[in-house]
Amino acid sequence: MKSNLLMNFSVDKENNRVKVEREFAAPVGKVWAAWTQSELLDQWWAPRPWKARTKSMDFRVGGSWLYAMVGPEGEEHWAKVEYKTIDPQQKFTANDAFCDENGTINNEFAQALWTNTFTEANGTTTVSVAIQYDKLEDLEQMIEMGFKEGFTMALGNLDELLDK
Amino acid sequence: MKGDIFQAIADPTRRAILVLIAAQSMTPNALAEHFDTSRQAVSKHIKVLADCDLVKQNKVGREIHYYFNPVKMKEFDHWLTQFKKHWEDRFSQLDELLINLNSSPNEK
Repeated sequence: MKSNLLMNFSVDKENNRVKVEREFAAPVGKVWAAWTQSELLDQWWAPRPWKARTKSMDFRVGGSWLYAMVGPEGEEHWAKVEYKTIDPQQKFTANDAFCDENGTINNEFAQALWTNTFTEANGTTTVSVAIQYDKLEDLEQMIEMGFKEGFTMALGNLDELLDK
Repeated sequence: MKGDIFQAIADPTRRAILVLIAAQSMTPNALAEHFDTSRQAVSKHIKVLADCDLVKQNKVGREIHYYFNPVKMKEFDHWLTQFKKHWEDRFSQLDELLINLNSSPNEK
C-alpha cells in the first residue's frame, strides 16, 4: 500500500541530528500504542524481509526494550532502547544502541538519543522523530558503516550486501 | 580522512564551489572570481572540502587544478537514500497495522 501521507526527512548537520516526520491516519492513542507496545512494535518496526522480535519490554522511565532484528536467513542483530522520559501520548525520549542478546551495549557503535513527539489533529497523528548524535563523527560513522553488515542490516537492505 | 562531510556541505559557499568544480576542474584564481569573498576565504573553503576528500587537486604544469571527487558524496547520498527508504518501509507497515487497530474497538 503506497501511502500519500506526509513524510518529511532532514539531516540537521549543525546539530548532528536526523529528523523524520510522518502523519498517520489514526488517533494518537493507537499510534502511541504502536510505538510503545512490543507486540505491536514487532509487527512493523523492522522493514521487510527483516522482522523485529522482542526479548523484553519495560516501557517505563528507566526501563528498556531489548529486541532483535531477525533476517531472512535467521541472522540476528540486537538493539536496546532505554527509555529516559515519557509523557503519555505526547512524547518519549530514549537512548538507542546496538547490543548483544543479553542487552550488553556495544560501545564500538555510536549511540543516539531519540525524541519522539506525537500530535493529533482531526484524527490524524503526526509523529516527529529526532535522532540526536553526540557529535558529527558519530553521524559520519553511521555513513561509513553504511557499507558494513551491521548498518546495512539496520537499513533493512541485505540484498546489496549479499551481492558484494 | 580528517574532515567531516556534514560540516563541509553545510556551508552554502562550499556547496557552490562543489557545483562549480563538478562541472569542470578549476584553478584557485578562476574559482575565486566566482565569489565576492577574498581569495584566502575561498582557499579556506577548499581546504575544508579537501580535508574530507570531496575535492582533489591536480598539478598541471605550475598550476593547481581542483576537481570534484564525488565518491564521498555518493556515500552520503547512498546512506541518505537507504535511511529514508528504511523509514518509509517501516511507516507503510505501521499504516497497515493502524488500519487493523482502527477497526478494533479497544483503545489499549
